[in-house]
Amino acid sequence: MNRHLLSAADLNHDDALLVLDTAAELAALTDRAVKKLPTLRGRTVVNLFYEDSTRTRISFEAAAKRLSADVINFSAKGSSVSKGESLKDTALTLEAMGADAVVIRHPASGAPDRLAHSGWIGGSVVNAGDGTHEHPTQALLDAFTMRQHLAGGKGDLAGRKVTIVGDVLHSRVARSNVLLLATLGAEVTLVAPPTLLPFGVETWPCSFSFDLDSHLTSADAVMMLRVQRERMNAAFFPTSREYSRRYGLDVRRMNLLPDHAIVMHPGPMNRGMEIAADVADSERSVIVEQVTNGVNVRMAVLYLLLAGAQLGEPDGSDRTAEGTAS
Amino acid sequence: MSAARTPDETRTVLDSDDIARALTRVAHEIVERTKGADDIVLLGIPTRGVYLANRIAERIHVIEGRDIPVGSLDITLYRDDLRRAPARALLPTTIPPGGIDDKIVVLVDDVLYSGRTIRAALDALSDIGRPRMVQLAVLVDRGHRELPIRPDYVGKNIPTAKTEKVLVHLVEFDGDDAVRLSGEPGEGS
Repeated sequence: MNRHLLSAADLNHDDALLVLDTAAELAALTDRAVKKLPTLRGRTVVNLFYEDSTRTRISFEAAAKRLSADVINFSAKGSSVSKGESLKDTALTLEAMGADAVVIRHPASGAPDRLAHSGWIGGSVVNAGDGTHEHPTQALLDAFTMRQHLAGGKGDLAGRKVTIVGDVLHSRVARSNVLLLATLGAEVTLVAPPTLLPFGVETWPCSFSFDLDSHLTSADAVMMLRVQRERMNAAFFPTSREYSRRYGLDVRRMNLLPDHAIVMHPGPMNRGMEIAADVADSERSVIVEQVTNGVNVRMAVLYLLLAGAQLGEPDGSDRTAEGTAS
Repeated sequence: MSAARTPDETRTVLDSDDIARALTRVAHEIVERTKGADDIVLLGIPTRGVYLANRIAERIHVIEGRDIPVGSLDITLYRDDLRRAPARALLPTTIPPGGIDDKIVVLVDDVLYSGRTIRAALDALSDIGRPRMVQLAVLVDRGHRELPIRPDYVGKNIPTAKTEKVLVHLVEFDGDDAVRLSGEPGEGS
């Protein structure tokens, strides 16, 4: 029974499609006058954020509120964590308050896993980014965005070519994307300087390269990763300018892309570093759309986890044929 | 004690001709009761209610010579028993371009049983707009209401035991048209 979403690898092909299809139906809500559903009324969702975040926390908060859940926002700054409280004691406090789900972002890889399997709390745990490990809901919203543009909004991403460029080493987004996109049938190529590819990347379900230009001409989507200076305690490349010249997406490189290809970025962007401002603001850029889709995808995840879902066993029974609820 | 049927056996209570006749009558009743069906919107409840709504709209088109807006209304997110079962996949909700404000909305479903689906549908409707009136058309009313809800148009009243199941098959989804009963008839059926 899968009560948690800790890794993109937790989702098999059917689970992933269930989340994306649910998100697609929920997206229709955005056009309605009343953007609120009663589905999670009386449930409590705690946003437990040990790291700074703008879009992910707001996105989870909006998603939970649109489903009528009660939302408690917890950020490490200004809490007892700054007095030295451990993750365990914080978790026990949340459990005592009756949290049905904990959305956790933590600088340590594996913290959500620890929280989910320690027995400290009884609710569902959703990984909203842990260290350099994973960020599964980002991968889901990226896949959702690609599906809207490249697959007519239906089915999986079989045969689509996705190029992920930049600081793969420090990127939880890249790892989750590679895992999920492989599940959905896409062909992923990582492009980065050798110093910014993680150890063991050859065992990932994707290919990798050190040359960006050659992987743009056939790409359906190119995803630029932020250079995470705050995690860099060594010199991974000589200068920012050199990095930008070799691995940044500028207008010349964007013009190498096929006409239908989209440009993505998980944000926050370093304009002028990994992505030129002209590219970020171009018509190919779906970066703002990614944020919109994030709310719908997170609503789908919260709905499927909290409304009693067992991801992996979508309910196949037929409501009306059974006549149980009509 | 009619123990002649085992739980696996099924009995056909409506065949395809019966269903066709019932829907034609319901279409006529809708036109009559709404005085020409001028501003009605048919909203089917997925899955089979949507096919029934389309069939009723075709029949009203034959009678009145006008196209009737048809949509679908998924009520999954408004159910009161969500926490009792694994989360369900959502089904499409499509509201016709004209919307439902100040219209007569006719909800269409295949089987009316406890009334809880319709309660959920009424909640869903109020989040989408404010119809002038809401009516309910069902192919089968099998009784055992748990809420003060009644249908305006009924294809067929079928008295059932709670232990029985009503199985609706429609060509568009199941390949054939039939309404069958299965399970123990039980006392008083």
